[in-house]
Amino acid sequence: MRAAPGLIAGGVLSAAAAAAALVSLVWTPHDPQAMQIAARLAPPSAAHWLGTDHFGRDIAAMLMAGARVSLGVAVVAVGIGVGLGVPAGLWAAARGGWVDEAVMRLNDVVFAFPALVSAILITAVLGPSATNAIVAIGIFNIPVFARVARAGALSIWTLDFIRAARLAGKGRARISVEHVLPNIAGLLIVQATIQFSLAILAEAGLSYVGLGVQPPAPSWGRMLAEAQTMAAIAPHVAIFPGLAIVTAVLGLNLLGDGLRDALDPRLRPVRTGG
Amino acid sequence: MARIVIRRLAIFALSLWAASVIVFAAIEVVPGDPAALMLGLNATPETLAAARASLGLDQPPALRYLDWVGGFLRGDLGQSWTYKVPVADLVADRAAVSVPLAAIALGLSTALALPLGLIAAARRGRAADAAVMGVTQLGLAVPNFWFAMLLVLLFALHWRVLPAGGFPGWSDPATGLRALILPAVALALPQAAILARVLRSALIEVLAQEYIRTARAKGLSRGATLLRHALRNAALPVLTILGMQFSFLLAGTIIIENVFYLPGLGRLVFQAITQRDLIVVESVVMLLVVAVITVTFLTEIAYALADPRLRGRA
Repeated sequence: MRAAPGLIAGGVLSAAAAAAALVSLVWTPHDPQAMQIAARLAPPSAAHWLGTDHFGRDIAAMLMAGARVSLGVAVVAVGIGVGLGVPAGLWAAARGGWVDEAVMRLNDVVFAFPALVSAILITAVLGPSATNAIVAIGIFNIPVFARVARAGALSIWTLDFIRAARLAGKGRARISVEHVLPNIAGLLIVQATIQFSLAILAEAGLSYVGLGVQPPAPSWGRMLAEAQTMAAIAPHVAIFPGLAIVTAVLGLNLLGDGLRDALDPRLRPVRTGG
Repeated sequence: MARIVIRRLAIFALSLWAASVIVFAAIEVVPGDPAALMLGLNATPETLAAARASLGLDQPPALRYLDWVGGFLRGDLGQSWTYKVPVADLVADRAAVSVPLAAIALGLSTALALPLGLIAAARRGRAADAAVMGVTQLGLAVPNFWFAMLLVLLFALHWRVLPAGGFPGWSDPATGLRALILPAVALALPQAAILARVLRSALIEVLAQEYIRTARAKGLSRGATLLRHALRNAALPVLTILGMQFSFLLAGTIIIENVFYLPGLGRLVFQAITQRDLIVVESVVMLLVVAVITVTFLTEIAYALADPRLRGRA
């Protein structure tokens, strides 16, 4: 494995975002929810590295706590996509025929519900919450992983060692788990990295429009929503949360591209998002 | 060829039906009585019953579903519970902002991505390629609503050359367009980053083909080969991604409308959620889903039409 600069940069940036989230569990420079009205909208200083917001809360501390929320939502949402999508894709590839057709058509229908549209529907019914954001982003991830797993699995099923396993009397399900899954793991890891970055963007967007994480829990998207009216007088409140999102997403994208090139240059994950 | 179209049409219809059932069922399970919500706490049981009857809520769900679908097909989306006007009128009003915004953004992102992708592919491995790849990598990571906020800070608040938000209507098309410039740019740039990257890799793949060497050998210049042969053949993967990106463009439009306080479909649906005007939510969500399914269908048909290799297959 050749260590490419992109892979290293991606790894460092992603690790920084993950570290911020983990460290926030035990330490933040200030209490992220402590308000100091006297010090509101203060620019970056020694006391407040990234300044304070309109309630005088420390932005650096909020970004660290927000990392926990944003990354946490993304982890669970991508987990839903992998947990439901990959078995569906493996099953479709293993069985073929009408099972394949049914799984893929179901996929098409789910794919027609972008995370934002699902979130609108779920929020209209149940009210806004972080859980709803997770479910909405998770649902959209299911068909993505089902497609990638199916495409990868179909190419593995044509190989000789699978025929050997069939002759050895192994069933389709067992072959899928024991032989197909390990061989498409790299593909899935690369796709998961990219979906993870898309999930962070989606969470930020949902929280920004009020469909995701609710106050007082800090999330990067919510911080931007609150910053919107303050940005004219104190641009730093709008700039730092955005930079946090860009750092995490850029890091994961570079990591994903680097991993793909390192694992197999021919692999090309499906990338949609924006 | 006909078989592909028929098969795709069947899938299209099936997807629409399944999606409509999901949307209807989701809104059906909502706790709370819309009639009670509309009339407030002082409503008598009789007026409640009358309101429920006028909304059709006393009918069995299956009948209401058929009613809803039938109305939808005729363009009758029912009556808004809070605005007391036909939902179709509300939607048409708001779509007059959202649809042009999405269309301008789509055009802008294509216009940006085309030269970027061409330059990067033609100068593969050189400085220009590296620059395009670097900028687009950054473009993929920037949330469009944050980018929009930065644009407002610079162009509306600092330089004061464009409006920060709001929409003056289409009575004067020039001021209407002016209000959509920043939102469209904010939507288009991240989209352009994706498109440029897809176009670049599609072009690089095409440029490695034999017929490109033939075209060059018969004396066609690099530029002419790129434009006449490579671009046309790279159009298919780009078209597919463009179709897949449509749902993100819609979602982006809805979010961006909030940054600029544009009275589009996004603002309508968020207000409807707060006011529990579920019939509006139901209609807008269904329209968005129909749009996504339709674009997917059209992309696949276009793909089949454009690629002669697919014409014989089902």
